Amino acid sequence: MSELIEKFIVIVVLFTVSLGVAAYATYFERKVAAWFQDRIGPDRAGPFGILQPLADGGKLFFKEDFIPEKAEKWLFILGPGIAMFVALMTGCVIPWSTALEFGENIVEMQVADVNIGILFIMGFLSIGVYGIMIGGWASNNKFALFGAIRASSQMISYELAMGICVITIVMMTGSLSLKDIVNHQHGFWADGYFTWNVFKQPLAFIIFFICALAETNRAPFDLPECESELIGGYHTEYGSMKMGFYLFAEYTSLFISSAVIAVLFFGGFNFPGMDNFEGNTLALLGIAAMFAKTFVFIFIFMWIRWTIPRFRFDQLMHLGWKKLIPISLINMLVTGLVIAYNEGWFN
Amino acid sequence: MQSLTDRKKVVGNKEMTFKEKLYLPAIFKGMGITFSHLFRKHNTLRYPEVKREFAPVYRGQHVLKRDEQGRENCTACGLCAVACPAEAITMVAGERKKGEEGLYREEKYAEMYEINMLRCIFCGLCEEACPKEAIFLTDRLVPSTFERDEFIYGKDLLVEDVNLRIDITKRQLTGKRTEK
Repeated sequence: MSELIEKFIVIVVLFTVSLGVAAYATYFERKVAAWFQDRIGPDRAGPFGILQPLADGGKLFFKEDFIPEKAEKWLFILGPGIAMFVALMTGCVIPWSTALEFGENIVEMQVADVNIGILFIMGFLSIGVYGIMIGGWASNNKFALFGAIRASSQMISYELAMGICVITIVMMTGSLSLKDIVNHQHGFWADGYFTWNVFKQPLAFIIFFICALAETNRAPFDLPECESELIGGYHTEYGSMKMGFYLFAEYTSLFISSAVIAVLFFGGFNFPGMDNFEGNTLALLGIAAMFAKTFVFIFIFMWIRWTIPRFRFDQLMHLGWKKLIPISLINMLVTGLVIAYNEGWFN
Repeated sequence: MQSLTDRKKVVGNKEMTFKEKLYLPAIFKGMGITFSHLFRKHNTLRYPEVKREFAPVYRGQHVLKRDEQGRENCTACGLCAVACPAEAITMVAGERKKGEEGLYREEKYAEMYEINMLRCIFCGLCEEACPKEAIFLTDRLVPSTFERDEFIYGKDLLVEDVNLRIDITKRQLTGKRTEK
């Protein structure tokens, strides 16, 4: 019973943090954009404009909740729901830190240590495209349909390369559990080399990062919703909080994919000199390290968005199929050979 | 042809080199450029609190001037309406009656004088055409409204108040109409 309550609290905290980070990601997106463009950005709502997400959210709630006459009503409602649900679900297998101790109770900083955690995330990411697909199709609007089709083809193309990069990490770790993957990268330096996967698999990291950009539909791969061509793409017909859900889902998945990158390649909650701490101090510092890494990646995502123009669709397909997949396959092959050599297969 | 600047760039469907195909070097270069902008000073003026100063030659909403004794300068000669390229100005001339000498400077005056602010392009030709120093453009902005009719400014909005004179010395000092 107490375990149930513990898990419930962890879930609620994770849920709130995900939503909070997503809300403030919208604020920081605008701030970062402003800084890059020599502007100030939102600064009217509260000091430095920190109440801006509340103002935006409140505005979305008060807008007319409109469903087009020719739209498939239930699918139209289902679309943003799926997008939001999936974006929030992926967070539950991410290990945020080592366990916190409250007297007798040991609270794991992870909602569920699924032993196929990374498969779970990949699976839910692929379901995520259904939210976009269903919403875009149900709108009965050609721009929305274009956006939906683009989203699905982009997902299919980039999930492959992403999956192969994950396989290289899994081969090195020998486990699909995210917790094992993080523990495998314990500390920062061991046996004369860095322990974090990014130093062992830099190529896989770059490819995974590019694919993560594509999977979260962010610039330069924001073709499903490109404002200039498709007037918003799959959420053209959406208004009010339904559109808010889509945008929220996008920022939530931005947060989650930054966390996944941190877990897979940057050691998750590990930080240099972590062996000097233990217990709750270690756990809290771990949370801080994890969130610092995540926020750095969120910033890099934004930095890229406000730097690079959008890819053309054929360029996107060429990049995905002709470059990323072969490179990641070769990378996987080389990794496999090195592992086999170390295991003594060739002796 | 000899180009006037050396910024001409011949474009064509040339194949990308290997380095360009990698995209990454160009992307990192671009990210470096945007990052340098993080530390630059912003150019934003927080508008309602801080207002940008107008240039002395700024051409905003018109004013119909009065002379030192408070009489309207305009004699409804119609030169401004003729000069107006947007045909925004219209007027009806009237004859000054006995007892109105304090109101109008000369025997003829404008009974009705209208400028359609939606037509006006704020070129300032009316001001240049005026022989009586009656019309000037000022540094005031034409406020927005919801109705088109409200943009047709009559004499009630254009003629300056006797007690609240509109200062146009800055415009006169620009040397446009010193010798008149």
